[in-house]
Amino acid sequence: MNIIITISITAFIVLYAGLFKANKALLPLTVIGLLTALGFTFSAWNVNAVHFGMMQTDNFALAFSGICIVGTLLIFLLTQNYFHAKSDNIAEYYTLILFALAGMIMMVSYKNMAMLFVGLEIMSVSLYILAGIRKKDFASNEASLKYFLMGAFSTGFLLFGITLIYGATGSFDLDKIQAYLVNNSQTISPIFYPGVILMMIGLSFKVGAAPFHFWTPDVYEGSPSLITTFMSTVVKTAGFAAFLRLFADAFAPLHDFWVAPLMVIVCLTLFIGNVTALFQKNFKRMLAYSSISHAGYLLFSLIVLTKNSGNNVLVYAAAYTFASIIAFAVLILVKQKTGSDSFESFNGLAKRNPFIALCLTVAMLSLAGIPLTAGFIGKYLMFLNVMTEYKTLLVAFAILNALVGFYYYFRVIVAMWFKDGAETELSAPAQYKVVLLVSVAITLVLGIYPAIILNLI
Amino acid sequence: MEQLLLLIFLPLVGAIITAFTGKSAKIVSTVFSVASLVLALVVAGNFIPDASTQFEVNLPWIADLGINFHAGIDGISLLVVLLTNLLVPIIILSSYNHEYKNPAAFYALILFMQTGLLLVFTALDAFLFYIGWEAALIPIYFICAIWGGKDRIRINMKFFVYTIAGSLFMLMGIIYLYLQNPAHNFNIQAFYALNLDSAQQGWIFWAFFIAFAIKMPIFPFHTWQPDTYTAAPAQGTMLLSGIMLKMGIYGVIRWLLPIVPAGVHDWGQLAIILSIIGIVYASLIAFTQKDAKRLVAYSSIAHVGLISAGIFAFNQQGMQGAMVQMLSHGINVVGLFFVLDIIFSRVKTNRIEELGGIAKVAPQLALTFLIIVLGTVALPGTNGFIGEFLLLLGVYNYGIWAAAIAGLTIIFGAVYMLRMYQNVMLGETNSLTITFTDIKGTEKLVLYTICALIIVLGVYPKPVLHLTEASVQHLLEQVNQKLNTVN
Repeated sequence: MNIIITISITAFIVLYAGLFKANKALLPLTVIGLLTALGFTFSAWNVNAVHFGMMQTDNFALAFSGICIVGTLLIFLLTQNYFHAKSDNIAEYYTLILFALAGMIMMVSYKNMAMLFVGLEIMSVSLYILAGIRKKDFASNEASLKYFLMGAFSTGFLLFGITLIYGATGSFDLDKIQAYLVNNSQTISPIFYPGVILMMIGLSFKVGAAPFHFWTPDVYEGSPSLITTFMSTVVKTAGFAAFLRLFADAFAPLHDFWVAPLMVIVCLTLFIGNVTALFQKNFKRMLAYSSISHAGYLLFSLIVLTKNSGNNVLVYAAAYTFASIIAFAVLILVKQKTGSDSFESFNGLAKRNPFIALCLTVAMLSLAGIPLTAGFIGKYLMFLNVMTEYKTLLVAFAILNALVGFYYYFRVIVAMWFKDGAETELSAPAQYKVVLLVSVAITLVLGIYPAIILNLI
Repeated sequence: MEQLLLLIFLPLVGAIITAFTGKSAKIVSTVFSVASLVLALVVAGNFIPDASTQFEVNLPWIADLGINFHAGIDGISLLVVLLTNLLVPIIILSSYNHEYKNPAAFYALILFMQTGLLLVFTALDAFLFYIGWEAALIPIYFICAIWGGKDRIRINMKFFVYTIAGSLFMLMGIIYLYLQNPAHNFNIQAFYALNLDSAQQGWIFWAFFIAFAIKMPIFPFHTWQPDTYTAAPAQGTMLLSGIMLKMGIYGVIRWLLPIVPAGVHDWGQLAIILSIIGIVYASLIAFTQKDAKRLVAYSSIAHVGLISAGIFAFNQQGMQGAMVQMLSHGINVVGLFFVLDIIFSRVKTNRIEELGGIAKVAPQLALTFLIIVLGTVALPGTNGFIGEFLLLLGVYNYGIWAAAIAGLTIIFGAVYMLRMYQNVMLGETNSLTITFTDIKGTEKLVLYTICALIIVLGVYPKPVLHLTEASVQHLLEQVNQKLNTVN
């Protein structure tokens, strides 16, 4: 609870600071606010409090809140020279991102489906505005409109699903829904089933899983890169936490029913994400499609529910988030310099700035799932998870997709190290260096010694 | 135990230090590689040649997932560890006539790869083995793709995806074994003790075998190899052929045979047939090669085919032959590629028809090259003879038809290797080779060392045989015993 309050208050303070044109104070204020929120996350560890029957800050919620806050913090550090060059009203960006974060904290800690809806909407509405924040840019406008229409549509699915489930069980509360399923396992109301499917569709929209992924590439490409970073990392993590809380918890007794459609979603997501990413000529669009494919791996944790499902998602989401932040940070730098986000603009980056190239290489190796990086541990846990029920065909299919992944992740490595490009200097501002170093350190530490994060939840 | 940790991680420390040295990277990496050779010799000196696993280290690593840093050395491991730590300094010294751009990264990657290789060769935990397996791949990919020759990007991508495809399926097999293991860990002894039925063993066999077959490579998984060897920088080719392919052979001996003996029993014949097809096929293609580097690449496929046939023949002779031949092949092939690299660095070509008469202007090179070629074609008195003789004996004990075909190709091998030698070194000098200068400095040091090893091991192979004998026998007994309980 303290976490949400802190973040919301920070958002308002930042908004007022902007009103008084105290632009230099914005970042320090935000950082202080977020660090305080992070402090509350730690202090609430192992307490497992329920707030007004609406939210439950168990370790699951806190761990995901922690990742979201740290991710947001890193993204804020990337705003150096970014928004300042683009607009006067930077306080609004800060505020909107903070509001979105507050929504996400609700999404990862809800105990009541009404809260899920409220959190999701707080987050989504902020994001609709953020996607279109460059009001004179055509692509940004298109992204915003697409995102809004698709988002509103998917919210409709979600709400309809919530309604049907309420109709069947008479409650929004996750525990009561689960109790209903356990107690009436033979006489579950027929409207409960479509409710589950509709919610699955609604949430699949939000996390960008195929075949409900159509909005992602355009929105990711059109939005300002920093907002894309936010959407494809932190927002996605929160979406998966929400997905998991609902399906691995409340709907777990019906696992046999919803695993089949989920399997279809997983296979389509893996296949479409990977194969389409292969054909992209643009790094940013490639990352958008790769984020779809990662959604597929993340959903592995729901195919076989074990006591580790939540933790597996946590590890995978952390690995994916930090690697993506590196990728987008470098993308922003390269784009500022060359004006393009195609693969060619990365040519010869290793000569121009070996440090940046090395960081991006680690990120790509992690996304591809090479050992000694966090991405490998994430993939390994996902494979291990489904192998516990010996779903070898699914793993074999995922391996084939991972092989496709090597091709496109290595394309940027090839461009950076093996090709020659313009010899212009490319330097990273201090805050970028901090973000890159922190993210690389997390990626490697989780890859080499993942024991520190394995038993969190 | 401290010795083993030092042995594994000294190259890694060296890699990190080398990465920050800039111009003096050559010297620093040489110091570290020689130090690790000395360390390996010390370990070998302290090793008691029986069947036991020594210098064992078992530290918890990722306890929740049953993963331990569990490593140790028995006779079989020690042999490949020695080979690795012997060849790395040789390979680094062989690079002294090159000026690679960004040398710090180049030498750091070689040393980093060495740690990966040592992990593979000492791991007693399947997860650790897998980590080492990949940790050896990443550096060599970068070495070949950054410092390689024409079309290196496409060729190395193929190599990388091939290898990693194999290893991912192996990972699937490892996860399966882990889940079957009631103790839920990756301990190799627990894997040995598993009771899997023959259907399970069959598919695990394939999951592992494909990974190893790609690495060696065995026909029909070899298509990445000639291009990769040709396009790689000389040191990359030496690392790939001298040490890296031993990972596949070692994997078969350490993991495949003892864990799924019934799978080997069911599918081993197919593996032998593939190996022998590989021998014949690679020999025939080697005949037609116009580029000496490609010729050696194909001859390597033929040699590895014989080693793998010897292992799958599954008897004492074949297995011991494989041991000796792993060592000999590593030394000889590195020598061959080094000679070709010397030639290439002087006349900028390895095309056989453009060369000739080098022996007249460079007698020392001609002599050392001859010794290496004779070692490769297994002349009695050289190291190649002992290995191939034992391997053929092993294959003969398995089936006379197999030995006949495999033996025939040794004759082929002699023909194409000697013909290559003749065309490159003998005859009249031409405009290209007239200005050829003889070997000097580190070139001399490396080539004479290699020649000395070829002759010493050829005349007196007993230390090597003695080193591995007990471990090989133990392995065979263990597998036969397990096979009897399954059937």
